[in-house]
Amino acid sequence: MMRRDEKAVFALRELFEKYGYTRYKMSRFEEYDLYVANKDFLISDEVITFTDRSGRLLAMKPDVTLSIIKNAPDISGEVQKVYYNENVYRVSGGTHSFREIMQTGLECVGDLSDYEIAEVVLLAAQSLSAISEDFILDISHMGLISSVLENCALSKKDKDKVVKCLQNKNAHELLSLCKGLELDEEKTNKLNSLVICAGAPETVYKNLFEALTEENEKEALNELFSLCKLLEGWGYEGKINVDLSVGNDLKYYSGVVFKGYIEGVPAGILSGGQYDKLLKKMGRKSKAIGFAVYTDLLSRLENTDTLPMIDTVVLRGENTNICQLVNFIKSLPEDEKLLVTASLPEGKRWKRLYKAENGKVNLIEENC
Amino acid sequence: MKKTVNIALPKGRLGEKVYNMFKAAGYECPSIEETNRKLIFENEEKCIRYFWVKPSDVSIYVERGAADIGVAGKDIILEYRPDVYELLDLNMGKCRMAVAAKKGFTDSKTSTLRVATKFPYIAQCFYDKKCRDIDIINLNGSIELAPILDLSDVIVDIVETGSTLRENNLEVIEDVVPISARLIVNKVSYKFKNNEIDAIVSEMAKQVENK
Repeated sequence: MMRRDEKAVFALRELFEKYGYTRYKMSRFEEYDLYVANKDFLISDEVITFTDRSGRLLAMKPDVTLSIIKNAPDISGEVQKVYYNENVYRVSGGTHSFREIMQTGLECVGDLSDYEIAEVVLLAAQSLSAISEDFILDISHMGLISSVLENCALSKKDKDKVVKCLQNKNAHELLSLCKGLELDEEKTNKLNSLVICAGAPETVYKNLFEALTEENEKEALNELFSLCKLLEGWGYEGKINVDLSVGNDLKYYSGVVFKGYIEGVPAGILSGGQYDKLLKKMGRKSKAIGFAVYTDLLSRLENTDTLPMIDTVVLRGENTNICQLVNFIKSLPEDEKLLVTASLPEGKRWKRLYKAENGKVNLIEENC
Repeated sequence: MKKTVNIALPKGRLGEKVYNMFKAAGYECPSIEETNRKLIFENEEKCIRYFWVKPSDVSIYVERGAADIGVAGKDIILEYRPDVYELLDLNMGKCRMAVAAKKGFTDSKTSTLRVATKFPYIAQCFYDKKCRDIDIINLNGSIELAPILDLSDVIVDIVETGSTLRENNLEVIEDVVPISARLIVNKVSYKFKNNEIDAIVSEMAKQVENK
């Protein structure tokens, strides 16, 4: 029996290959410089480093995206579609210690059109649906958020504070922040509606559209809304939410950002977005979008209440005749599970228990 | 079908006040008011389940999804930075985080400042902003003792009335941040139990306004 996370990895691989994404296998190590230059892009800025034999400082990979785009082509008209299934090493939130995290995901880099953006978001929804029927995909648009912040003429420090409130859906602190900054009612209302508007695309669109005042804000909202319509049309109605608390980094993400949840796992299992600004920072013209699925979180869903079942347990006693025992094993049905052991196994159930002794294999217990 | 919502309440006086607020909002649970040794209290009719936990653990229960909703002080939220939604300021349990020292103390800024606190992260951030070099002494209680016994120069702690400080010849020298109780919600629960949680939050918001 495959575990939930193994099944998910297989299902995702099949899905990604169906859409023409090719496997990207990479080394565990990467030059530390890459991460220093793009520190804020990393989820946690702590990295395991070591010096290699030639004296270069290397890092255990805390992230896959940077390594992929570093090597991606930057030629107009060309698009690279890759997927990966790799371990990354980062400090996990709760424990404050390094953990190895299994991550499966895809990146689409190059001369992207609206089609590629839609395809990747659609693949994100399909990935979630392949893992569990009870999923929700939250979508936000960084272009919308940054235009609103820009139009409110906030300083960088205040922008960060607003984004923090947005992330935590913290309307009370946002309002007191606006008051402190002496923003007018229109702007306060606009920022507040970013925080409180969330849920089904149709309703959010209506409420938000009223609060927005500038052309570029409305344009971004329209872009977001048409993407939601596309997903709903694919058959995911009721599973797609607009939620502007998803976006976390204005520095790297430019367009649509999204996060996926499945019932029973208490943290987001999928996360991704369009990060053109990161490429721009690296001096590239191309665009990029991608997402990662944290398959290791699925172990939470494993049913651990029932003990594993073995079909045949053979207790090997003294003077066991190996030839006879091997012949006995050969006579068992091929797809049955077998355990040869010296004492009764703990934490396991079995159907038949045999004892091999004095050249014979005798049935001593049978459970149905 | 309505889904049951789990609520983590902080043990102690604040928790009791918060429960009364939930009760006034229409989410009572009679068994919680009986004196017994039960840990979990459920009102099946209202689809709600309460449990008491140590105040500093509330954010952990909520972040990891064992509780859908929790009530925690802003101090706990700032210190542990849980990945949760902070939906309401309950406007109760109001106090402030402050720096206090022995009366007459002034920070000469010529040597590393020794800071005793239960909140190392908040203290570190506060002094990082000022570029002040500090030595954090992480204590779990009786913080006020530290400057008296010269274990530390100052303390960073919660100040309610200030009477403990006064009685021990200490005084507040700087405010760090105002504190009050906040209603926090697990991010995934908010997706899958959205209707139930939204109903509770909006009733609680009315309670806050009426006060």
